[in-house]
Amino acid sequence: MKKILVPIKMVLDANVRPRVKADGSGVDLSGMKLSINPFCEIAIEEAVRLKEKGLAEEVVAISIGPAKAQDILRQAMAMGADRARLIETDRPIEPLTAAKLIRIVVEEENPDLVILGKQAVDDDCNQTGQMLAALLDWPQATFASAVAVDAGTLHVTREVDGGHQTLALPLPAVVTTDLRLNEPRHCSLPNIMKARKKVLDITPVANCGLDMAARLNVLGVKPPEPRKAGRRVANVSELVRDLRAAGVI
Amino acid sequence: MPHYKAPVEDMMFLLRDVFRVEDVFAELPEQKENDLETIGNILEEAGKFCSEILYPLNAVGDIEGCRLENGVVRTPQGFAEAWKAFSDAGWGGLSAPTDYGGQNLPRTVQILVDEMLSASNLSFGLFPGLTRGACEAIEAHACQNLKDTYLPNMISGVWTGAMALTEGNAGSDLGLLKTTAVPRSDGSWTVTGSKIFISSGDHDMAENVIHLVLARLPDAPAGTKGISLFLCPKVLVNADGSLGAQNAISVGALEHKMGIHAQPTCVMNYDGCQGWMVGEPNRGLAAMFTMMNAERLFVGVQGLGVADASGQTALAYARERLQGRADDRSGVVPIIAHADVRRMLLSMQSFIEAARAMAVYTALEMDREKFHPDDAVRQRAGENVALLTPVIKAALTDFGFEAAVAGQQVLGGHGYIREWGQEQYVRDARIAMIYEGTNGIQAQDLVIRKLSLADGQPVRAYFAQIHQTLASAAMDSYAAALAEPLRAALDLLEGVTARLVSGDLASADDRNAAAVDYLRLFALVSFGWMWLRMVLACAAPGKTLLEPRVRHKRAAATFFMQRVLPQAAALTQQIGAGAGSIMALPDEMF
Repeated sequence: MKKILVPIKMVLDANVRPRVKADGSGVDLSGMKLSINPFCEIAIEEAVRLKEKGLAEEVVAISIGPAKAQDILRQAMAMGADRARLIETDRPIEPLTAAKLIRIVVEEENPDLVILGKQAVDDDCNQTGQMLAALLDWPQATFASAVAVDAGTLHVTREVDGGHQTLALPLPAVVTTDLRLNEPRHCSLPNIMKARKKVLDITPVANCGLDMAARLNVLGVKPPEPRKAGRRVANVSELVRDLRAAGVI
Repeated sequence: MPHYKAPVEDMMFLLRDVFRVEDVFAELPEQKENDLETIGNILEEAGKFCSEILYPLNAVGDIEGCRLENGVVRTPQGFAEAWKAFSDAGWGGLSAPTDYGGQNLPRTVQILVDEMLSASNLSFGLFPGLTRGACEAIEAHACQNLKDTYLPNMISGVWTGAMALTEGNAGSDLGLLKTTAVPRSDGSWTVTGSKIFISSGDHDMAENVIHLVLARLPDAPAGTKGISLFLCPKVLVNADGSLGAQNAISVGALEHKMGIHAQPTCVMNYDGCQGWMVGEPNRGLAAMFTMMNAERLFVGVQGLGVADASGQTALAYARERLQGRADDRSGVVPIIAHADVRRMLLSMQSFIEAARAMAVYTALEMDREKFHPDDAVRQRAGENVALLTPVIKAALTDFGFEAAVAGQQVLGGHGYIREWGQEQYVRDARIAMIYEGTNGIQAQDLVIRKLSLADGQPVRAYFAQIHQTLASAAMDSYAAALAEPLRAALDLLEGVTARLVSGDLASADDRNAAAVDYLRLFALVSFGWMWLRMVLACAAPGKTLLEPRVRHKRAAATFFMQRVLPQAAALTQQIGAGAGSIMALPDEMF
């Protein structure tokens, strides 16, 4: 393979407790710790490993998001991506818009493989990879737990409800990563320093010529109801009666 | 279960909002490319390494300890692998010069990584800390050949360093040391003697240990002016850089210690081993003191790091442990509801966060001292560092130990048993008050040498900076209220400073008796200053700091001013009493 493209997303750090905006329009991100989506980190790691095995020549990371998303692209380059591209926008991006923007980059870059996280931990949509494959009319293998390349064919082991399924795909293809695919590396200090000098190309989203209108209508965002206090029942028959009354058995 | 997470966000708050380090680095030609994003990435990755690799080894290392088997030291399980991972990731070269494979990053970043190392695994952290100290001494004083032979492998972690100063009869008073060095015909030296308390003296983590040994030449004058410094490798290095024969260096014993069990503290025997002089004859102590400020800052940060590790466990425990009731809450409450537990947590946090700020402030001064193009700025910064070094070393380790004890106390009986790790922090924290010059010695250094350094200009300049912050506190009503108790404490400090320098407390006994109390007073005022600066940073216009951070900082600052700083008045009174009651009793009547 000549090139692997890895689209990554910046999300609220998984260790931070999310807080809903006062107007209920979404999760408050201002001043919060933002990090690379964990599934995307796995995607970068897999691409870098393929390159280290001599199976790919170049790894390009891309992200769609605000200027701050340069941080996660620098991290991707510290992990081993060769260069990065940011499509800069301050608007929240829906999966279909993301897939269309990635397609534009795919058409410019001509990668042999696109690896991305199966979902982002902010909205858990789990759609972008599938939509991208459909838009490109490329084969796709989602929820990958193992990836191998053999004579131009990709062998991807997928985690499915019944166990594992292994698919053989011709290239170019789209792969989305599951948690068990790999364990992302710790970045070394020299690689963090080298990442500063790698190319990070920024394109304003307006230059992409894409209709960015929202297609999803957010009715409201609210935190989960706090758990209600339990109560003790005297005996089993009372428990059964109350469960019946609650309509759960 | 306990867990350590590096406080990267608090560190970034200090770098970005309190000290605006990008502006400082912009003035330092070698450091001007350092942006906050890169520093943030470095701290994040270092934090991950410490939490995920070093922290899990902390309890293991404490329980297993080091062993001496047939003259060879074995470190606990996992330490050699961790050292390799640490070295492979390049962490040992963070602030080392680029000529020898380092990254030449500022001391300010190094000291924050040092805090994480100390918090996650103090025994481990001493390996890179001492190696760095040895490298700095070699870089500053050794000839080019020694630098080229030893520095690259020490910086990359292939070899480690050890500092061999103390002997059985020469501890705080190194002028008494007896190890000898006699010249050989090839320009090298034969070093003979025995040293004790040698951290990382020997181990199985790297293939060579480079000892920097203080010894006397045959014709050397007595006392500290007759000491020279020698580089003695455990394994001799051939001209082509490969390892040759074993040098005549052996481990006499492993010390049995209260804490830092995973750290091999050795009795080292130098039995006519081959060494090379570093620096000038009889100038060894001066050469060693070049990196003493940096080493003492590192030790101070150890106290801070261990305190933070203990504090994180105490906080997590206090949120979860259900005991007792509180008036305004129903049912059994988590103990964080109780005022006394909150008092302990705030006493820890109000120290930890101010100490971290103080460490960053001092490290930035060290960066100015090393990298600033203007001689006058370098000179001033260097004097300020000299003044603050004993304060950082002693205060951060004294208060750090007290914080570790508080962190143990929060857990009650669970703090005394091994499972939660709190008792280990108490034992480990203790050493930092003792080594690298006991805290008593630090206090003497502050009162006797540093207050009168350069005619007292550095201490006056330091107090002037605090006055400047006090003057600007009016811009924020919250800060203005906190400024009043700090102003009062600063008045007390300035008053006793004048009395100790040239007033009624300037006798040798009065100064000696006052020193420890004075250093504590100096530290309290410094911490108060840091709190005021942090509160002001929270109020700076155009900041989008999160409300929880602002509320936390204000509450901890208020706690400090109201419930810690009042100690200043008692300390002033103690100092003012003079040495009379201390010196009156004849030795034999004690």
